Amino acid sequence: MSQELPRPLWIARDFPSCSGCRQCEVVCSLGHEGRIWPEASRIRVFMITPTVEIPHFCSQCDDAPCIAGCHRDALSKNLRTGAIVVDKEKCNACGLCIDACPGRVPTMHPKEKYALICDLCDGDPACVKVCREGRFNALWTAKKPSSVSYKLYAKKPEDMTKELATRLYGEFAERLV
Amino acid sequence: MANGYAGRFLEVDLASKEFKEVNFSEDLLKQYIGGRALAAKILWDRLGDDWGSVNPLGPENILLFLTGPLTGYYPGTRICVSGKSPQSNGIVGSTVSGEFPMELRCSGYDGVIVTGKAERPVYIRILDDAVEIKDASHLWGKDGKQTIRILNKETMEDLEKRVRLKRMWREPGIIYVGPAGENATRVASVMMKWTHGAGYGGYGGVMGSKNLKAVVAKGTGPIPDAADMERALRLISEINNECLMNDAMRRWGTGAAGYEVGADTSSEPVRNWQEEWHDERSFGVDHFERKVWLKRYWSDYGCPTACLKVSAVLKGPLKGAITDNPDYENQAYMGTNLGIFEPEGVVYTNAKSDDMGLCGIQAGNVLGFAGELFQRGILTEEDIGFPLKWGDAEAFGRLAEMVARRQGVGDILAEGSYRAALKIGEMKGVDVTQYVIHEKGMAIGAHGIRSERDYPPITAYATNVQAGDHTSVGGVSPYKSPGQLIWGFADTAVLCGFNLQDKNIDLMWELFRAVTGWSTTVDDWNDVIGARMLAIQRAALLVGGPDLTWSPAVDDENPKRWYEPLPSGPDKGRAVDRAKFTAEKTKYYESLGWDRHGIPTPETLKKLGVENLEKVFSKFRA
Repeated sequence: MSQELPRPLWIARDFPSCSGCRQCEVVCSLGHEGRIWPEASRIRVFMITPTVEIPHFCSQCDDAPCIAGCHRDALSKNLRTGAIVVDKEKCNACGLCIDACPGRVPTMHPKEKYALICDLCDGDPACVKVCREGRFNALWTAKKPSSVSYKLYAKKPEDMTKELATRLYGEFAERLV
Repeated sequence: MANGYAGRFLEVDLASKEFKEVNFSEDLLKQYIGGRALAAKILWDRLGDDWGSVNPLGPENILLFLTGPLTGYYPGTRICVSGKSPQSNGIVGSTVSGEFPMELRCSGYDGVIVTGKAERPVYIRILDDAVEIKDASHLWGKDGKQTIRILNKETMEDLEKRVRLKRMWREPGIIYVGPAGENATRVASVMMKWTHGAGYGGYGGVMGSKNLKAVVAKGTGPIPDAADMERALRLISEINNECLMNDAMRRWGTGAAGYEVGADTSSEPVRNWQEEWHDERSFGVDHFERKVWLKRYWSDYGCPTACLKVSAVLKGPLKGAITDNPDYENQAYMGTNLGIFEPEGVVYTNAKSDDMGLCGIQAGNVLGFAGELFQRGILTEEDIGFPLKWGDAEAFGRLAEMVARRQGVGDILAEGSYRAALKIGEMKGVDVTQYVIHEKGMAIGAHGIRSERDYPPITAYATNVQAGDHTSVGGVSPYKSPGQLIWGFADTAVLCGFNLQDKNIDLMWELFRAVTGWSTTVDDWNDVIGARMLAIQRAALLVGGPDLTWSPAVDDENPKRWYEPLPSGPDKGRAVDRAKFTAEKTKYYESLGWDRHGIPTPETLKKLGVENLEKVFSKFRA
């Protein structure tokens, strides 16, 4: 029986639907750290401009510039899920992966010396579950085909904020952002 | 340290620019918990002996920002702001939602205690352990939206430069005042995000009187550990599910009441409470949804309910107005109370109130009062500068800004309705206090009692230690929300009472035990801890001063207007019955172990372990 490689997962995101409840951060930090710890969450909701909430996390680019940018061979891709995996032993929290990422998505563990990148909870992301249970549907899981378009989501929060604020507030966005 | 607590409070003296760490023993925390009850303890310990001479807007007042052990655990995160109130001259625990309390807890602090007055405008910045007092002269005079924009930018830039951690820094949590606070008005909120205010108490003016524009926090730690995390998480999940089933709150927020409380229960302020009934379908929440909502769900940290809706007017003469829903209180006070019955108009007045950092209730009350004086020809176009006609959103918006900036007649109205009425009465030589809907110097929330069909009983405000506060009212069973004991616990453990419905009241107590590891029960709270909080608040309220004091026999009373019959609607003719009011008041006071004038008996004080209050209360015993 031929084993077809499953298509990797992707967490789809709908920015205007995000209420900013940050329950995704709560469950992410609970799942990975066992505590409610927003700055240790792999998904972080930016609200640089209140009401313009931007969930910010790995967009799993096909070419993964973070992996290429790492000098210690600490990052790799899980071929089953498509997640970027951080080897905690090899990583020294230098931050080159942050510089390599067009969205500056990776972040550093606040207490330990390694980078934090969404690991898709090994295929069953807790953030998606809590967002769906809350019927916000700002996040959901999908199968990810290979497409350069996914990389477009690797964008800095301030740039996304500007765009979404303009969509919401039109000519008034400029004085809000 | 006790579970659920960071165990540290930050004390900042703005006069000497010094700060220190304050610790409370676990035993003291068991007795006062946090938020509102701890505020009462700190304030009375430090200022109680001279309470009558402490000017709430003077440098001697103490401003508190206190979380509680459930902040960040119970879904819906709030902080309690307190001090000596420039409205009631007592102690109010005024809570507000937003991101600041979470950032403060993650910085390793349970609260901030602010004393003294800064020479020039400043803000306090807390980045984990690093505390700084920073210049705020560039922020002074700025509205809320600009204040947040500038503070986010400069904090994020500094974080990129200074902190050891490499990352794309997320914006900090900010608690601030708008121009209304800066100008030490008595109708200013302490604000978070664009639109959230801790309004009751008037602590925006206290913050401004200290030249304190904002407190900014960014914390990179976890919130303090719970004693039994597994149990806490199971309970949080149950509370979440209960919130999600509460469809009306989730779909409309409190905003559905803008139509309902007028048309159904006849208890909504209309044109300064001259009526409490309207049947304006234009004010239905469905109109808000279709005409002005930009976002259906807008939450604060950890909240599944998302009762706030983002609204804006982007076209027409009122364009550029952005606010949340508005929620019921602001819908009523900045809408029907001003004769405005269109979503666009009420979004406009609310946005003005938010931007200026006004409390929608206190400011809406004083604007309505001014509207009635204009209607009666007591305040003229010459006094105000323009005609103030019911329903004219632009005119009321303009007057709101004059109040916040203390311009023209706004300078008098900035004192709040009751104090303004005393001044205007002197100026005009006519008693206008009969047109003020206040309780001990505080505007009363937008839930009237004449029809007796809304939730507050007829003693709700007169017996309330927080005076006009409609969220934690007197006259209600200690086991029922929103009685001042149950809701007082929400203000003390510091969580959002709007997520406290049905089964969640029981779950809250279980979560409190799971987080703290203590065995505290609802009875411990109702009989001792909460009852003690009420006794301290009552003492502060009765001593009051320096500008106004309240006599229990005279001032535990309803506004005069509420003894006049409702003039319209299905409840036309109903009014508060004085004999019934007196009987219920006595009964309620007795249930608390107080005498018929609301003075705790010596036995009660002994039971509560606050015999020291006897020297205060003995003066009020008949």
